[in-house]
Amino acid sequence: MLSPLSWRLLLIGVIAVLALVPICSMLVPETSPFHLSAYALTLVGKIMCYAIGALAVDLVWGYCGILSLGHSLFFALGGYMMGMYLMRSIGLDGVYHSNLPDFMVFLDWKALPWYWHGTEHFAYAALLVILVPGLLAWIFGFFAFRSRVKGVYLSIITQALTFAAMLLFYRNETGFGGNNGFTDFKRILGFPIAAIGTRTGIFLITFVTLVGSYLACRYIVTSKLGRVVMAVRDTESRLMFLGYSPLGYKLFVWTFSAILCGIAGALYVPQVGIINPSEMSPGNSIEMAIWVAVGGRGTLVGPILGAFIVNGAKSFLTASLSDYWLFFLGAMFVIVPLWLPKGVVGLLKRFFVKP
Amino acid sequence: MSTGPSANDEKSDVRSAGIGDVTGLAHVNVPGEVDLSHGVILYLDDVSVSFDGFKALNKLSFTMEGGELRCVIGPNGAGKTTMMDVITGKTRPDGGKVFLGQTIDLTRLDEPRIARAGIGRKFQKPTVFEQHSVWENLDLAMHEDKRWFHTLRSKLTGAALTKIKETLRMIRLEDQAFRLAGELSHGQKQLLEIGMLLMQEPLLLLLDEPAAGMSDHETAQLADLLNLLRGKCSMMVVEHDMEFVAALSGNTGKVTVMAEGSVIAEGTLDEVKRDERVIESYLGR
Repeated sequence: MLSPLSWRLLLIGVIAVLALVPICSMLVPETSPFHLSAYALTLVGKIMCYAIGALAVDLVWGYCGILSLGHSLFFALGGYMMGMYLMRSIGLDGVYHSNLPDFMVFLDWKALPWYWHGTEHFAYAALLVILVPGLLAWIFGFFAFRSRVKGVYLSIITQALTFAAMLLFYRNETGFGGNNGFTDFKRILGFPIAAIGTRTGIFLITFVTLVGSYLACRYIVTSKLGRVVMAVRDTESRLMFLGYSPLGYKLFVWTFSAILCGIAGALYVPQVGIINPSEMSPGNSIEMAIWVAVGGRGTLVGPILGAFIVNGAKSFLTASLSDYWLFFLGAMFVIVPLWLPKGVVGLLKRFFVKP
Repeated sequence: MSTGPSANDEKSDVRSAGIGDVTGLAHVNVPGEVDLSHGVILYLDDVSVSFDGFKALNKLSFTMEGGELRCVIGPNGAGKTTMMDVITGKTRPDGGKVFLGQTIDLTRLDEPRIARAGIGRKFQKPTVFEQHSVWENLDLAMHEDKRWFHTLRSKLTGAALTKIKETLRMIRLEDQAFRLAGELSHGQKQLLEIGMLLMQEPLLLLLDEPAAGMSDHETAQLADLLNLLRGKCSMMVVEHDMEFVAALSGNTGKVTVMAEGSVIAEGTLDEVKRDERVIESYLGR
């Protein structure tokens, strides 16, 4: 899967991050140039969540040839499941000092809807983070792949799916806070959510999850299953006449990818402190595909790089030159397919790998 | 769907043996296993297919014995490729019977299950996995459990490696084992695709114009290779190149001539060449 040298380097890198980040964020004084501010922690933590999402999109797009324009749905669903737990952890500290989440009091609801039951337990919420996106993806994938829906048609259906879900979540009656979504979280697992120690902890968990996701994807694409999945992408009919049913393969990578995306969303919400239906907007899904394209699809390092490059540029440009972000995004739309068809990774390979 | 735990069951690999029902006098019918008790491996009866009113196959009847190498010739549009599409499950016939052996009804199975039942197919245009190396192409084709959870944990065993090497030698691509299949020449791709079919260990091999676009040298090589396989599996070869057909069928091999969606003549190459209807519709006077 990885060479012994790569394993060693990866291990050293992980240990270094696990050791240095807490020191820099909590022990180093704020005046020092080595101090990690809460802003920086949140920003990088957020981008790492995006990177996990990009990995998920790349697994289905770059390796299996299924361009999903609906992965923000799975990301947001994971986020909402975590958000339910965070809302319940507010307890009586909300504006209305009620046992119900604030938006329910505001809507004059007397009891929790059935699907909120049990969400005060972290373990149950964590289970939902995996089950809800996974189950939805499996059901959707089963019918789409069984009917042999492919290519641009599938992309459009995924886009419609996330759009429909967004409209559903905008409604107050759905029971997820309508267009305001969930916010004002106070604590997670008893720790105050805005404290620098908590932030550092979530940051490190996100980092470990990112590395774990990379390794899991790596295991999948280097297995024989990975080779079959790439064959689905290239010549599906040949594969069927060799005796493979593509349905099981597609469903596996599709569902795995959705679960990965859900986990990313669940880690995202406690860091940014809010989740609302705009996370499901079709535009967000398209942006995820752009991260993958910029980094280099069909590689696993590519989407991670792409997520950091595009989102790094986004937070820099929206902060300093806010008028230019959309021009930048538009330019990327043109430049990447024209001159960087294999993304940044393809570019680097051209410079560093001798043919 | 009253055939019991038959080949329709996704869980059982179609060829895996099990305890069967006794259907006749001292004749055990093993579900999913190709039954060659009457010598017939492929049986098409009264098969019709039409596309928008055009009859691609018109009440076609066709039989092949186990172990046979059968050449099928005929003018363009005679329905040769459509017949292969029907046998491999790509096209559903409007009516008629299509059986593999005595018991497996091919009209009720989808493409992957038909392939697992033991039918390998070579396309007209060489179709290999261009982004995979040559050995990976062979590995993907290998006859083994092809469900996803099995391939996730599958490791390349010594026996598999030996088999891949053997096949590489047979198709003479040993030097190219680690090259991407997309970089091979047209003729090499043809050979690789046939190698993949061999890895599949089929009972019946359908070859759609295997010599198309090959040099004379490669065509001769291919004829040798197919002659080598004779007896190991049954083969149906659709071909236009009459020299190649002659090399394959020899003096005794059966040749089937198709025109306008049906069989118009059957016999040795010399016999069909003398047939009036064949001369009229295909060979020309």
